[in-house]
Amino acid sequence: MENWKSAKAMFAAVAAVPTFWLTFFFIIPLGIVWLYSFGTNTSLTEIEISGTFSNYARALDPLYLGILWKSILVAAATTVICIVVGFPVALAITFASDKWKPWLLLGIMLPFWTNLLIRTYALMAVLRREGYANQSLGWLHDNLGSLLPFIGLPAPGAYEPMELLYNNFAVIFGLVYVHLPFMVLPLYAALDRLDKSLIEASLDLGAGHFRTMLTIVAPLAAPGIISGIIITFVPALGAYLTPDLLGGPDSQMIANVIERQFKRANDWPFGAALSFILMYATFIAIAFQAMKSRQAEARQ
Amino acid sequence: MNTFEFLGQSRQNRRSILQGLGVAAVGISFGGLTACGDSGGGTASTGEEATLNFYNWDTYIGETTLEDFAESSGITVNMSLFATNDELFAKLRAGNAGYDVIVPSNDFVERMIQSDLLEELDHALIPNITNIDPTFIEVPYDMGRKFSMPYTWLALGIGYRKSAMKGPIDSWKPLFDSNEYAGKIALLSEAGDIIRLGAKYLGHSVNDITPDIIAEVEAMMIKQKPFIRTFHEDNGQDLLLSGEVDLVLEYNGDIAQIMTEDDDIDFVIPKEGSQLNSDNLCIPKGAPHPLNAHAFINNLLDAEVGKKITEAILYPTPNAAAKALMPPEYANNPVIFPPADRMAICEYAAFNETLQPLYETAFTRIRAA
Repeated sequence: MENWKSAKAMFAAVAAVPTFWLTFFFIIPLGIVWLYSFGTNTSLTEIEISGTFSNYARALDPLYLGILWKSILVAAATTVICIVVGFPVALAITFASDKWKPWLLLGIMLPFWTNLLIRTYALMAVLRREGYANQSLGWLHDNLGSLLPFIGLPAPGAYEPMELLYNNFAVIFGLVYVHLPFMVLPLYAALDRLDKSLIEASLDLGAGHFRTMLTIVAPLAAPGIISGIIITFVPALGAYLTPDLLGGPDSQMIANVIERQFKRANDWPFGAALSFILMYATFIAIAFQAMKSRQAEARQ
Repeated sequence: MNTFEFLGQSRQNRRSILQGLGVAAVGISFGGLTACGDSGGGTASTGEEATLNFYNWDTYIGETTLEDFAESSGITVNMSLFATNDELFAKLRAGNAGYDVIVPSNDFVERMIQSDLLEELDHALIPNITNIDPTFIEVPYDMGRKFSMPYTWLALGIGYRKSAMKGPIDSWKPLFDSNEYAGKIALLSEAGDIIRLGAKYLGHSVNDITPDIIAEVEAMMIKQKPFIRTFHEDNGQDLLLSGEVDLVLEYNGDIAQIMTEDDDIDFVIPKEGSQLNSDNLCIPKGAPHPLNAHAFINNLLDAEVGKKITEAILYPTPNAAAKALMPPEYANNPVIFPPADRMAICEYAAFNETLQPLYETAFTRIRAA
């Protein structure tokens, strides 16, 4: 078997472009923003990298920590709902016939072909006071309500539209809607590799469907679940368009605050410190997860 | 139906989708326009290369303005688009990438003058300055118009649904300091505008704000917050039109547009006064074609050209000669051109470097409360 290590020239040629790309368009810009986080505004257009920690001190103010905590809760709720909804979907695709699988996967990926902004506006049209959700419910209410007198019940009053938009519910709903494919795809990838005979064995040996799911399928799909959690949670934590458009007066998330620092407030150093706090937290979480999984491997 | 119908034609203006969202507008270069004029490379009557780079808001020019200018002057205009003042400022603070004419709002004109990013204008090359309404020449953000020429202006006020009101609307009170319309109010998601207008309601000038006043407005807004439905991204007119809210803090031009679609909507500049905004034509430092830029600005201030631009973008125009050519349904519209006594108590907000971060912090606290 040929080892890639023996084909160094080939490897270098293949790696050169991505390395260049990563260095110049990711690491260096990110490094500059990281340096800004230790800077001070010296004029309207200039930032001096003074090595100060004052931006971080300000970012650790209870006001911003409170917003960060709220963002974490919203992102966590989004992730949990995505697992609960996404797992059966991924399972269904796994057990679908080969003829149907590509179409079902296409169905999951189709929304990516539409810009996030457009999808969010579409959601607004559905959720608003005179939107499609309320119209449909109102129609059901009126038509079913008119049947009630026939079975001896009083007719209900006029339909009062539900407030579905501009609150935290709408934000989480919007985030779940946007991030569901990120959860379904890694789950599907993990479940598809699963040896189906293990499930049959579990069922043959007397475990119920639910128990098989929890003790056989879930642990085997754990890597997929974990990567699904990470790639759902991290972008949900940094969401700013969804809370901006669907949220109410108190649906502000940390990314909205960061955005304002870079724009209106013209305080790039503070914005940089806020975004790096988010990044440190993410790195720590991923490192912690990696440590845990290494411990788990060591125990086996 | 009347000739005023044209106001309803274009709902999509620059302050709609793109702007509020901070969606970076990709600079779209209208290279195709070269087909119309002298196809580049030549020399214009100004002695410069016959081309000009115009950095503008989306849907913020007349339908044929650029072609007409190319025909009359031989100068080809390449227009690219920006979506927010912040985007414009961020781009220019890194150095002028070749823009000749830009369109910043009043506070950013001030900010750019302070940052030494604007070229001084030569009024001898802009004779059409005489078309401008004199009240738009002596403005506090650029006295005597040394650096900028007014392009459009706007006033903030209250757009409301007439049938849902319990009494006449003539004050900021129902919006800022009352539970009368709980859950039916939408405010603009702009820290500076909210704090300044709150201060205006409390009897202060929008340019006399101190940290104490900010704290006072912040407390008032936190108290008001449970009654506010949402802070909108400058799409307040859609919220009002769709029945989502009954009272909205919005610009007069935006409300005037939806009034052509719904008779039940009206707009008022409250008796406490309000804040004016204005977009301006400027030449950034390092512009490669400054003479062409002057010729272009002069052309945009022409009465006939100004009329065509106004017909297309439907904003209040500071160009008195162009306004005179517009139909009376536009020129006498009390929403687009509010009564003089109300205009007199409106102010331009000056750019204030030290207060802006305090506005943002206060707004963050209001949102987090």
